[in-house]
Amino acid sequence: MDRLIEILQQLVNGVSLGSIYALIALGYTMVYGVLRFINFAHGDVYMLGAYAGYLLAPLFAHIFKFGEFDTFTPENTLFILSGAGLIMILSMAICAVIGVLIERIAYRPLRERPRLNVLITAIGVSLFLQNMTQYRLGANPKAFPQLIPVHVVEGLGNLTVLTSQLAIIISTIILLIVLRFIVMKTKIGLAMRALSLNPTACSIMGVNNDVVISFTFALGSALAAAAGILVSMDSPSINPLMGNLPGIKAFVAAVLGGIGNIPGAALGGLIIGILETLVIAIGFPQWRDGIAFAVLIVILLFKPTGILGRVEREKV
Amino acid sequence: MVACRAEIPCSTGVPPVVFGDMGVSPGYQSGSRAGRRCHSEPRAGRPCYRDSRAGRPCYMGVRFLFGALVLLAFPIHTNLAQIKIGAVTCLTGALSTFGVSSIQGAKLAVADTNAAGGLLGQPVELIVEDNGSRAGEAATITRKFIAQDKVVAILGDLTSSATMEAAPLAQAAKVPLLTPSATNIAITKIGDYIFRSCFIDAFTGKIIARFALDRLKAKQAIILTDVKQDYSVGLSDVIRQYFTENGGKITNTISYSSGDTDFRPQLTEVRIARPDVVFLPGYYTEAALILLQARQLGIVCPIVGGEGWDSPALVQIAGKSADGNYYTNHFSAADPSPRVQKFVQTYYAKYNSLPDALAALWYDGARLLFEAVQRARSTDPASIRDALASTRDFDGVTGRISIDQNRNASKPGVILEIENGETKMVQEVTP
Repeated sequence: MDRLIEILQQLVNGVSLGSIYALIALGYTMVYGVLRFINFAHGDVYMLGAYAGYLLAPLFAHIFKFGEFDTFTPENTLFILSGAGLIMILSMAICAVIGVLIERIAYRPLRERPRLNVLITAIGVSLFLQNMTQYRLGANPKAFPQLIPVHVVEGLGNLTVLTSQLAIIISTIILLIVLRFIVMKTKIGLAMRALSLNPTACSIMGVNNDVVISFTFALGSALAAAAGILVSMDSPSINPLMGNLPGIKAFVAAVLGGIGNIPGAALGGLIIGILETLVIAIGFPQWRDGIAFAVLIVILLFKPTGILGRVEREKV
Repeated sequence: MVACRAEIPCSTGVPPVVFGDMGVSPGYQSGSRAGRRCHSEPRAGRPCYRDSRAGRPCYMGVRFLFGALVLLAFPIHTNLAQIKIGAVTCLTGALSTFGVSSIQGAKLAVADTNAAGGLLGQPVELIVEDNGSRAGEAATITRKFIAQDKVVAILGDLTSSATMEAAPLAQAAKVPLLTPSATNIAITKIGDYIFRSCFIDAFTGKIIARFALDRLKAKQAIILTDVKQDYSVGLSDVIRQYFTENGGKITNTISYSSGDTDFRPQLTEVRIARPDVVFLPGYYTEAALILLQARQLGIVCPIVGGEGWDSPALVQIAGKSADGNYYTNHFSAADPSPRVQKFVQTYYAKYNSLPDALAALWYDGARLLFEAVQRARSTDPASIRDALASTRDFDGVTGRISIDQNRNASKPGVILEIENGETKMVQEVTP
């Protein structure tokens, strides 16, 4: 019985970790879909999202009484969630603007150049964001303010699920549904899909490709910011280099799911998160980071298109 | 040196080659904005109109002569007048809290020494370099200290892993290296030019294990080891050895890596095992989150760590979850002895914060090194080495320090308890 509980427990841990990777991976995959390049600065937008929350929370602390509640009760739940939700939405908006600016300033001038130039620029942008944050806000880890009370959810027996883990999982589901709606049911979503299919034909049909690309960056960055806030609610220590490893692992997740494929990115994120947790659970914690990259190697060797990716024929 | 370099750039039109001749790469010049290189070389003989403030053409020849004069004037002066000590630590990156404190402590020691007339009649110059908490940087910086700055001795590095990179280079070049805070046993075994002024992990490990056995009455324990840090791995080994030899049982050793933020998979294992105590010999960055997540998962046993916990960030991040846990340390700012309180006041006056253990250790380390130079009566590396080796009963703020035959320091440590977010001294332990 203990073993069963443990497996379930590790699955919960894995799903909440995987949800974060999924949210970040979506940004990689959407940008790849429309521009065919890997935005390596994406992990740092996730970091900026956490910092945006860190800087915003004190401004609203009086109104929403952050850190003053110890537990969720039926009376205060809505109040707490609206406060945390507001911080999250504001951070997402800020990061959306940052994402658009990054594309406008760093990537757009290079759009007609070889793709390698943009890729290297992306690495440069990533280093710039990391070091600028260290320079402006300090390199020390900072304590993230408590947006929601973190405690064990009652009524699940021996299974320990924290409110923060639940918040991660539920928020991810909501964001995925919203994203699905935007991509499948709106005009701009249609334009995104058209652009990823064929940019030239898309612009001939009267779509302003620049607007669609900017929107894609805004959407991806907002999801990364949400991931940043959710992670910080769960483990409230943030630092300017926190985006490094999750960023790369999310990239692996995007490749695993089939880069360019939106459901694939979400699936890849979950798989990487669960694998990582299981590797620790069976007694190889040193392999925690290694497993993601081992998966990357295996995928590239045996199924380079990823789980849900399609083979794309090179057009001559 | 900085002053003269500021005279050279763009406006004078001296080709950048001059920097090479001086043997100084401008890349190391942080902070001197005027020292930026100019890539446009005016052709010889033609006036250069770049100096627009003057409003008249400036002739390269005249400028060049002036520049050459400045060049000649300064280096001779500076070389003679100062005793250069290289200091390497982590001012940015994951362990920056430690690094910043350490360098503040060292700078206070430099200020004290220079105010008292310097060393051998000359002021001390501390050349500070940042390893960015990254592997490999400490070695690069040490090479720079030896080849380019030609330092008399090296102070650092802060962590065991980084010192392991620096020490072999210092040993090969026969430049004395003293680390004020790296506690891994293997470091001073690298060679006879490598010293340390703090106690080693063997001592910390023994205090931690003895404390768990005697005071906490623990029988079964789990160790959480940060496999990326030599410090954590070394300390874990000592704790395991001493704890098992004295009747305790280590039921499991679980590893994690620096940089992780989610430790629930590991802590889930701990929760099932229900140990009497958990040993967590890691650094505060991860320790804070581990304390927090352990309490969230309902692990109630005390968690005991080493001096790696010593940072205000630990309590800020872990909050109430930090209460009821213990760690060993080199120093406590709450120590009532007048020597400590004087240091605390001077430090507070200068930096507007209380010194942590790293500040105290580096203050002591720097002063111990300076005192050795003074006793050696020369900047000859072999004499400084001998003077360091013969240090007895040096009166530091972290206790009386003697250097033993293995070039390690023998000195007391303290055990602290976290209570309502404040640290409280539980006991002082002498070796």
